[in-house]
Amino acid sequence: MPEAESEEEIDRFPRSKFLEGATLGLGGVIGGLVTVPVLGFAVAPAFLHQHTHNVDLGPIGDFTEGQFVVATFMVDPAAGEVSRRTAYVRNNGLLKNLPSFTILSNRCAHLGCPVQPNGPIFQDKEKIQKIKGGLEVRLIPTLPAGGFGCPCHGGQYDTEGNRTAGPPVRALDRYEYSIRNGNLWLGKTYSVGKVKGQGANAQIAKYPLAGPGEHVDGIESWLYPVDPPHG
Amino acid sequence: MAVATPPPTRKKKSARRKQLEAMILYPIDWLEERSGLVGGIKYFLFRKVPGDTNWMQTLGSATLTAFLVQTVTGVILAMYYKPDPENAYKSIQHITNDLTLGWLVRGMHRWGASVFIILMFMHMGRVFLFGAYKYPRELNWIVGVLLLALGMLEGFTGYLLPWDQTAYWATIVGINLNGTAPILGPFLSQFLRGGAEIGPDTIARFYSLHMLLLPGGIMALIGLHLYLVVRLGVTSPPWSPDAAGSERVDAPAATNGRSGLVRPGPRGRNGG
Repeated sequence: MPEAESEEEIDRFPRSKFLEGATLGLGGVIGGLVTVPVLGFAVAPAFLHQHTHNVDLGPIGDFTEGQFVVATFMVDPAAGEVSRRTAYVRNNGLLKNLPSFTILSNRCAHLGCPVQPNGPIFQDKEKIQKIKGGLEVRLIPTLPAGGFGCPCHGGQYDTEGNRTAGPPVRALDRYEYSIRNGNLWLGKTYSVGKVKGQGANAQIAKYPLAGPGEHVDGIESWLYPVDPPHG
Repeated sequence: MAVATPPPTRKKKSARRKQLEAMILYPIDWLEERSGLVGGIKYFLFRKVPGDTNWMQTLGSATLTAFLVQTVTGVILAMYYKPDPENAYKSIQHITNDLTLGWLVRGMHRWGASVFIILMFMHMGRVFLFGAYKYPRELNWIVGVLLLALGMLEGFTGYLLPWDQTAYWATIVGINLNGTAPILGPFLSQFLRGGAEIGPDTIARFYSLHMLLLPGGIMALIGLHLYLVVRLGVTSPPWSPDAAGSERVDAPAATNGRSGLVRPGPRGRNGG
């Protein structure tokens, strides 16, 4: 018997073991070759090639100085109606001989519902701008005397977009803008911590666009060290 | 009753009857011989369960039934529903208002979703109160929790599909809620949207998750859940003399020195 025992202790690598390893190994490689690109296709398009479309809102003369206008427009005509957005635009008049606008996104900084003006909306004074390419921009004057309020969970903002009450964690987002050939163009959206002052003289704490509910300043902003690319 | 009734004498089967029986049994026997399926199904349906099982223990089968209703009605709804922003709401209206019995099948799916979730919670409550999650059934509790999570995800993804105002804004809020999770939250919400903003891809994505990925996962987990139920058996209710953890009936109940510390022996036998 001792002879047999010592024979068993010798390391052997029989064919069956090789085949077992080969099956598992090859199966793993084939599985990976199929799974990795498919998973990539499921995940990557949500993060790559995200870009902002600039939107033409029409001649700046259509924006009365000191009055808010509800502007609705499509940010991506190829996507259709689903890309329709709303912004609250106010012409602040001239600042150092240059036009100044306050353009608030209507996306609530709590969880993204559409904030509404706390005041009358003058539906009968609606203007429909035909923009090149068959696009329509609708402009409706409004008087948000009480600022803006969100119907979902009651967040309240003043006319500069600062949070005054309720659950939002920061001020309303704003649009960058430019004037091209006398027309007002919307650019990127950015997030705002707080606004000091008013209108043309406002001092805006500007941050890269963050999702609703994300703090952009203070210690809570440490919870969101990296933001996905969103154009 | 002193009079014993004589055992009924068996009538001899006619040749024609025998032939008929053989004809009916032939395909079943054919299947059994080649797959063992018939025996398997018999084993599953006629396995032994404790004699004092309770009506509450039918909640699991009720949940399964609710899921099957969702599966069948969902498959039919998918024949008429169009998952893109231009047509989704229109096709829902078409199903509800124009197609024969569409209102009924959509209603079954819409209300059945709530029934499924409610039954899952009731089933879970029964398992908890009966202590049926204890050894050796912990794994089945875990599988059940995963099923609950997948069921809730079904509810979340299905809610967007009618593409009306409620669906749209509730989904925005739901996605953004996920987005507020620390560190990975913004990535999760962007993955769910399929981009930085809700768009045409979002609804198709939710549709695919709702009707393919999540139901597939639920079906696989239900298979595992049932396998474990059959393998481990059904628990007796906690008031049963056979309940897990009861003193053995034939053991002398009050002589082991711990008798003051343990609960009284099983009721109904040996006077408790």
